[in-house]
Amino acid sequence: MKLKFNPQDLLKLRNVRRVAQVFFFTLFLFFVFVTDLRYLKGYPVSLYLELDPLVAFATAITTHTVYMGLMWSLLLILPTLLFGRIFCNWICPYGILHHFTGWLLGKRRAEERERIEANRYKKLYSLKYVILIAMIAAAIGGTLQIGWLDPICLFHRSMSTVILPMINLFVPSSIYVRQYFHVGAWVIGFLLLFLVGMNVLIPRFFCRVLCPLGAFLGTLSSVALWRIDRDTTKCVDCDLCLKSCEGASDPQTQLRKSECFVCFNCIEDCPEDALSFKFMPPLKREVTAPVVPGRRAFLGTLIGLGFYAFGRTSGASARNYDKKVIRPPGSVEEIDFLDRCIKCDQCIRVCPTNVLQPALMESGLEGIWTPILNMKIGFCEVNCTLCGEVCPTGAIQRVSIEEKTGTGPFAKEGPIKLGTAFFDRGRCLPWAMETPCVVCEEVCPVSPKAIFSREVTIIKRDGNPITLRQPYMDPALCIGCGICEHECPVTDEAAIRVTAIGETRSRDRRLLMDGGVTSAVNELEKRQR
Amino acid sequence: MSASNQNDAAPLPGDSVSRREFLLRLGVTGALIAGSGLAARALWQPKHFVPGFEKVKGAQLRSYAPAVSKVLPSLAIAHGTAHEATIRAAMTALGGMDRFIQNGDVVMIKPNVAFDRPPALAATTHPDALRAVAKLCFEAGAHKVIIADNPINSPTGCFLKSGLTTVAAEMNLDLMYPETNSFAPLSLDGEILKEWTFFNTPFKKANKVIGLAPCKDHNLCHASMTTKNWYGLLGGRRNQFHQHIHSIVSDFALMMKPTLVILDGMNVLMSNGPTGGRLSDVKPMNTIVAGTDMIAVDAYGYEHLLERDIAELTYLHKANDRGLGNINWKDTLYKEVQA
Repeated sequence: MKLKFNPQDLLKLRNVRRVAQVFFFTLFLFFVFVTDLRYLKGYPVSLYLELDPLVAFATAITTHTVYMGLMWSLLLILPTLLFGRIFCNWICPYGILHHFTGWLLGKRRAEERERIEANRYKKLYSLKYVILIAMIAAAIGGTLQIGWLDPICLFHRSMSTVILPMINLFVPSSIYVRQYFHVGAWVIGFLLLFLVGMNVLIPRFFCRVLCPLGAFLGTLSSVALWRIDRDTTKCVDCDLCLKSCEGASDPQTQLRKSECFVCFNCIEDCPEDALSFKFMPPLKREVTAPVVPGRRAFLGTLIGLGFYAFGRTSGASARNYDKKVIRPPGSVEEIDFLDRCIKCDQCIRVCPTNVLQPALMESGLEGIWTPILNMKIGFCEVNCTLCGEVCPTGAIQRVSIEEKTGTGPFAKEGPIKLGTAFFDRGRCLPWAMETPCVVCEEVCPVSPKAIFSREVTIIKRDGNPITLRQPYMDPALCIGCGICEHECPVTDEAAIRVTAIGETRSRDRRLLMDGGVTSAVNELEKRQR
Repeated sequence: MSASNQNDAAPLPGDSVSRREFLLRLGVTGALIAGSGLAARALWQPKHFVPGFEKVKGAQLRSYAPAVSKVLPSLAIAHGTAHEATIRAAMTALGGMDRFIQNGDVVMIKPNVAFDRPPALAATTHPDALRAVAKLCFEAGAHKVIIADNPINSPTGCFLKSGLTTVAAEMNLDLMYPETNSFAPLSLDGEILKEWTFFNTPFKKANKVIGLAPCKDHNLCHASMTTKNWYGLLGGRRNQFHQHIHSIVSDFALMMKPTLVILDGMNVLMSNGPTGGRLSDVKPMNTIVAGTDMIAVDAYGYEHLLERDIAELTYLHKANDRGLGNINWKDTLYKEVQA
């Protein structure tokens, strides 16, 4: 067969769409790549998350605010109300990933009939609406859980914790100067593989079956003004429009507008020119709104409220909080954090020391994949607020360096503390092993230092005297940055460890009555130490 | 191909959009566009904040103190053997309960039920003392008597085992437990206490406040009497108070201006306070001290009931120095009586 090239084919809608897909996917990858201290330069790296109307909508429910850049989501609501879910097949990087991998792994070489069958609507596809209802119910209850499956959060998280570290593992120093590690990354990795792999069984499995953002946009689409219209006088019921239908939206019969990804494949696949994208076609030839049986919606509500209640009453965000839940600087207090964090893990991506890690069960059921600090892996750099810089929802507020360190006009308030470091004298070289050390004091970054030492002369086991310095902690000055723990030579379980107590974000988790860094500093100055 | 198109002929009804439908659909979509824009604008948080450093504007407790009297004593010491008779004698010495409580008043009595202990161990306000004070309040015309405390141990257990639940039921007192929503922020210009969460529901109703405290030894601040009793009005992380205990307790004298305080020294917890635990820790002292100045009342209690040197009780001195009360109780207008 001879390949015929027709220059006009280049202008086909399908190709225009492909150009957009390549553009938006590349832009997403670019943003992911430059989310790094070296390249950041003010790029709006969280733009996709800010455009995501589900993020804005769900956080508005939990916090009654729309945080800073989340206003951009209006840019996406507008075209959805006009044209439908064009986001899903034109812009969404995760949708494009599934479109591409579906093409790569799927039935593209299969017989026409088989492909048509694979793209028929199934009742299973209403599951995403139940998922959305459950997530909104959970949000109304008081916990934000859209991040589990919101495609932008899911894709950012997968990139940060799995894909980029994997690339760097195979090509050392391509992404990071030193290899990054993420606790429990394998869970996120296998989930990604599973979702991509499911395209073999059901094309666009994630988009059609699970995606809560798709369900949200689908719901908005029901009032879209432009819609695919089938001219029943021309249609010959050949079903060829289903051959490449991405959304499984039944263009061959009554169009399900809420399922339609507006990919335009059906229009170009129609041999009879029966399909067109029209302004306000009659609705009688459509299934206008999402089809969700009432009892399924009720079940979804129960699951969402249950998730909130079971998680909250497990106590991890209350008295039974875990000492390991050390949140990034500028984080709002724990209950509010669970109202805001979408588990996108952009903070984890941008963190220059790799200290930020996706939580597993530390902060309870609700806090899975939210960021916590792991001082074994990294430490919080004092003059750095990048995590707050990229956080789209204000779970980590966009605090300045001065606000973080309590300097300049913020000297009265004092620094943001993440926790407090405690010595474990049984593991400490100068305290327990007759060996000089005090690396912790050396690296302690605050001035005056929170860690101080006293010189002592002791008689060693062999009878010889040794003079060394034994370290102490001033809890009023410690900011919980964890560099002492990170640099401690006892690397498996450091002789000084930070726990969450003393964090300033929560009045309930402070250690000292006056909370008084500043008064402590004043007192120190008085004592002229 | 052949099987299709029955529609070749005339278009079916519904094939065109009526003007009404056209406008309706346009309107719905337009309204949603405008609505989402307006909602987002209304909810917009354009600036960040610094978590944990937000300014909290708390309430301040008003003064419940009675009018100052130049003739009536401000301190009464009564000796006797039974709670009711002795408390009555002390109140008579002060000029009678109707000096403090008038017809229709809602009185909040703040007992000290910090621990889950039986009355005999003298770690909590004695039920007979509560019964007597409540009775005097009702006799003076009180409309309602509230009792409330935020104990260290479990609230229900503390009230039950101290015997106060029984008194509340028997005398129809309004027992308020420290529930989740019972607290509100308080602002104070104290030495240490600046902003704290406090048990405010009783104060929404009460217009008179009586502190009714047992006289006890305290491991850290030497003594828990009528000033320290106000600890039970606070919530939050009170275990931090011990870092500056004398400053905090003296701040209580600034925070709370009660109508009256009564120190129950009938049986005094002399050692192992504030919890006690053995009958041998308790000594009968058969005294009730009542007055309008909690610092003077506590000064008497420390010297004559706990029988210790007032010089060491730092918090009383701090309060005295700040003009919150008079540690030299003998300089006040006082009256000592026998029941």
